[in-house]
This record gives sequence, C-alpha cells and structure tokens, in this order.
Amino acid sequence: MDFVLAIVVGLFIATGSYFLLSRSLIRMLLGLTVFGNGVNLLIFTAGRLTREVAPIVPTGLDQPDGPIANPLPQALILTAIVIGFAMFSFLLVLAYRAYQSLDADNTDTMRVAEPEDSPRPPLSY
Amino acid sequence: MATATPSVDLSEAMITTVTPAADWVIVLPLVLALMGAALLLMLRQKRGIAPIVAMLAVAGIIACEVMLLAKVLQVGPVSMTMGKWLPPFGISFTADIFGAGFALAASIVTLILLVYVQGEREPGDGSDGFYSLVLLLLAGVTGSFLTGDLFNLYVWFEVMLIASFGLIVIGGQPIQLDGAIKYGFLNFLATSFFLLSLGLTYGLLGTLNMADIILVAPSANPAAMAGVAGLLLLAFGMKAAAFPVNAWLPASYHTPPAAVSALFAGLLTKVGVYAMMRALVVLLPASRDLLEPLLASIAIASLLIAPLGAIAETNLRRALGFFVIGGIGAVIAGIALPSLHGIGGAGFYILHAILTMTALYLVAGLIERLTGQTDSRRMGGIYAAHTPISILFFVLMLAAAGVPPFLGFWPKLLLLEAGLAQSGLREGGAVDYLSLAIVVALLANAVLTLIAGSRLWAHIFWRAGPEGELSEHRSGKLQPLSLREARFGLGATTVLVAIVVLAGLMPEDLFTAARMGAGDMIDPSRYIAAFGLAGGTP
Repeated sequence: MDFVLAIVVGLFIATGSYFLLSRSLIRMLLGLTVFGNGVNLLIFTAGRLTREVAPIVPTGLDQPDGPIANPLPQALILTAIVIGFAMFSFLLVLAYRAYQSLDADNTDTMRVAEPEDSPRPPLSY
Repeated sequence: MATATPSVDLSEAMITTVTPAADWVIVLPLVLALMGAALLLMLRQKRGIAPIVAMLAVAGIIACEVMLLAKVLQVGPVSMTMGKWLPPFGISFTADIFGAGFALAASIVTLILLVYVQGEREPGDGSDGFYSLVLLLLAGVTGSFLTGDLFNLYVWFEVMLIASFGLIVIGGQPIQLDGAIKYGFLNFLATSFFLLSLGLTYGLLGTLNMADIILVAPSANPAAMAGVAGLLLLAFGMKAAAFPVNAWLPASYHTPPAAVSALFAGLLTKVGVYAMMRALVVLLPASRDLLEPLLASIAIASLLIAPLGAIAETNLRRALGFFVIGGIGAVIAGIALPSLHGIGGAGFYILHAILTMTALYLVAGLIERLTGQTDSRRMGGIYAAHTPISILFFVLMLAAAGVPPFLGFWPKLLLLEAGLAQSGLREGGAVDYLSLAIVVALLANAVLTLIAGSRLWAHIFWRAGPEGELSEHRSGKLQPLSLREARFGLGATTVLVAIVVLAGLMPEDLFTAARMGAGDMIDPSRYIAAFGLAGGTP
C-alpha cells in the first residue's frame, strides 16, 4: 500500500505546484490546498501503514496486544489540517477583498505595492 | 477512575517528580504572551487600558527571559518537558544561549515598539486587535526560539504567520492588500515546505525531538538526509528571504504602517534564519557539510545583490528591506563557515539585526511622518528642520554597514576571521577559494551598504529639499512632529538606538556569550543532556 500512497503524494505535490504557477489567485489557492493535502498524506504514509488495528490498549494490559496503527502521524496531520484550513480561509477572504478593492485576480495586474513604471534610481549622490 | 498501581516501572518513560519551580521560566514567556493576547481580545472595547495591559505583559516576559538567560549562562542549556512523558515522547522546550538571548532581544524590541506606536495610533485604542496580534506574534517568535521539538517549531511558525497576516492588513489600504497577498502566499508555501521536510524526517528517523534527531540522524541514509536538509534549507530560506527566494520581502514589508514593518523586519526573517542555523548546524551537521557549497553561494549572492537592490531603489522602506536581506546573507555566511568564530558571528549578527533593523524602520516611520512621503526622491532638507532624526538614521546606517565602533562591525569581524581561517590563506598551502569568496563578499557588502545608506542619508537629510529643488531655504512642506509623536515615537526610537550604540561600544560580554552559544551548537552534548531523554542519558 505504501508505494501507491507515495505515488499519490507525488501526484498531489505536482498538481499543487502546477496550480501555483498560475497567475490567477484562485488557482494559486487551490494549488496551495492540494499541495498541503499532499504533504498531509505524506506524513500519514511516513508513519507506516497498518490496516484496521486501532491504537487502543485493552483493559487490564500495560501495552497493546500485538502490532497497532501508529497514532502519532494522525495527531500531526490533525494539527496540520486545522492550521492549513485556517490559513486557507484567511487567504481566500484576502483574495476576495483584493478582488474588490484592487479589481484584480491576476497577479500581473496587481502592482500597487510595486509600481510597474518605477522610476530610475537617482544619479546624484 | 483510579487505576491500579502499575506493574511496570514508569520512571524510564515518564517524569515522576514535580517540575521544579525555577524551570517554569522557560514556558512562562509564552504563557504570558498567549494569555495577554486573549485578555486584550476580551478588553478591546474598553478604551485606554489596552496599551498598558500589553506593555505589562511584555515587561513580565522580559523579566522571565532575563532570569532564563541568567540561568542558561550559569548552568548551560535548560529544558522542560510538557505532560508527564519524558522526551522524545513528551514535547520539550529547551533554551540555549542563542535561543534565550534572541527571545530576550525580541521582547525588548517589542516593548520599545509598543511605546513607539503610542505616537502613531489613536490614544488607548485597541479595538482593531493590534495589541493582541503583537503579543501573538511575540508568542510565535519566542516559541520558535525556545522549542526543542521540530513539529512544535512548525506550530510556532504558523502562530507567527497568522499573527503577521492580521498585522499586515490592519487598516485595509489597497497597497496593504497587495503586499499581504504576496507575503501570505509565499510564506504559507514556505511553511508547507517545512511541513513536507518534517514528514520526511519523521519517516526516516521516527522522531521529531531535536536531541533525538541529533543522535539518530548519523545512522540514517546520508543521501536521503541531505535531501531533507535541502528542503529545510528551501523552507527556512524562503522564511528568511535569502537570495533566490527573497522577492516577497521588498514587495510587502513597506506596505503596512511603519511600526508593523519594523516588527516584521526585526523579528520574522531572523526566526527563519535562526531555524536554518539550528536545523543545519545542530541537527544535521553531516548534511550541512554536503550542502556547504550551496550555502556559500546563497550567502555570497544575498550579500552582493541585496545592497545593489537598495542602491537601485528610491522608496525608503523598500530600500531598507534590501538591507534586511543583506543581513540574512551575512548570517548564512556564518552557517557556511562552521567554526566557533563562524557560528558565533552568525548568532551575534542575528542579535545585531534584530535591534538595528527594527530601529531603522522606526526612524523611517518618523521620516515618513515628517515629510508625508514614502519616496526618497520627494524628501529632503530634514537635517536643517530636525537634526536629531538625521543623527539617529546616520548612526543606524553605519551600524547596518558594519562600521566600527558600531554594533554591526563586531559580528562581521568574527565572520571575516572565520572565513580567513577556513580559506587557509595565512597558513599557505591549498587555498579554499569558496571561503575566500565569502570574505570578499562580506567586505563588498559593507562597502555597498555604506554607499546605499549614505546616499539615502544625503538625499533625505542633507540636500536642501526634494529632487529638483534648488532653494537654499528650508522646505516649507515638512510637517513638524506633534508632541505625542515626538515624545513616544522619537523617544522610543532614541532608546533603541542608544541600546545599539552601547552594545557596540561594550561588546565584550556579547563576544563571550556568542562564543559559548556557538560552542553549544557545534558540540551539542550539553544541549542533548539538558533534554534528559528517556532511557537514561546518552
């Protein structure tokens, strides 16, 4: 199973990177999300996959009975998903707000902070 | 539900004793910052008390960090582990000299900034959440400096990131939205890259605790670890705005109000480059050796291109943004020269950059207030109208370029020493040209920064008026600072500049601290011992 997921991770990262190369903010956002999900899947796979054994210690024992699924990557991913979702929501609102006040979804036309016709540097000292 | 007495001995995996009260100083700064931020959020409708609460919280943080630093200087790195599990299972906070020192510098800078904004903002108004966000940003920065766990570092990075998102858009001007988009997308991508390399680290080593990584990494596949280290270099390089991935910094740092960009310039990129130092020098030294030519090239390119960018730029704060990038180049030069002098110089430079870059942006804010302009071509004549500001800017410009006896000179001296020692020029025999190139780049950076800075000074302060104005008379367009601006803005900036000057005049203790900090980074045995890993000391 691991190698299938590894290929899927590669596909996610590639798709995310491709979207990020776009000039449209919405596509870039989608790219970031797909990229982030690829990363989450990678952490999941990095913890090694064990099928259908919940990491629960049975009553009366001090350690689990036989091999169990690794619970740590799940905790890591849960944190990363929450954070990633918060960032995504903020950037989505920011992109919408920028669309409203800058009238631009294309990063090439978004030149308020770095004006296109910026002056030549002064020659005097 | 009381469990029966455990049949196994827990002392090998769990902490059985209560944490001594003195160890709490390492997490108290974070507790104070997070609680302060929450409190300020609740109090934001109440006028008048927000700045006082924020300043009290930061003062408390400073007190804790002074105690922490004193302790670290005395007994070496200290560590505290949350929960009852011993590391590597529990999450540790660990402070060494660099971490504790930078955290202290960051909170001092934040306190000065909180005083400074009293001159800019409406008195006592915290309804836009500014004070809350400043404390959250400080929490993220302090957490990143003090954590001993790689995943925890990621979480603090994100705390810092979301707080900076909030700060950069407060006010909602179109230019801020534009800057925020570039800043937001690229920094979020950088933390995603960090998370990616973190996942790979976990897959390869099975641990994310820093001390445990140091112990396990040598036995892992060196090629795979070098790949992880390369990804970490990309992620932290993006956060730090090192050369090929620096474009977001001059595109965004000049867009928020000057006080906010001062906070960003002083703290955020330094956290990135500190994390790079921690990851490459301490955690994965073998991979750092493989990446050394790459690190050296990045350092040289950042050192040379940044001041050239500053020379070509007319917008004052954008030009200062290039100074920030040049400083990052100097720190990476230290990472590429892994001797006691090199790492010590890099750490010393981070301290210098935290203080000096913040102060430069604060002065830039005063200049923008005075002239009502952001472009240096439309400024001029401030020397006659307001001499104190011109002196502050001049001192800081010399400090940034590294002119003795100001603060920037001493870390550069250490770095030059390290580069010359590594190049083998003095001993004769084989010469390491890459180290020699770093030395030349450091010197060229100083000259170019001096050219860019002194030209800015000449244009803004020395000439009679804005570009094209030939009159010898004082320009009538300058607006004198109001009483509040002069008292809080100029006062706070003067205090920070005084700290920079005094530290530059008395660098002896800083040298000692840098040498000790670098010693703990190159030979991390004391650092590992502080964690108290499960299963006995290594």
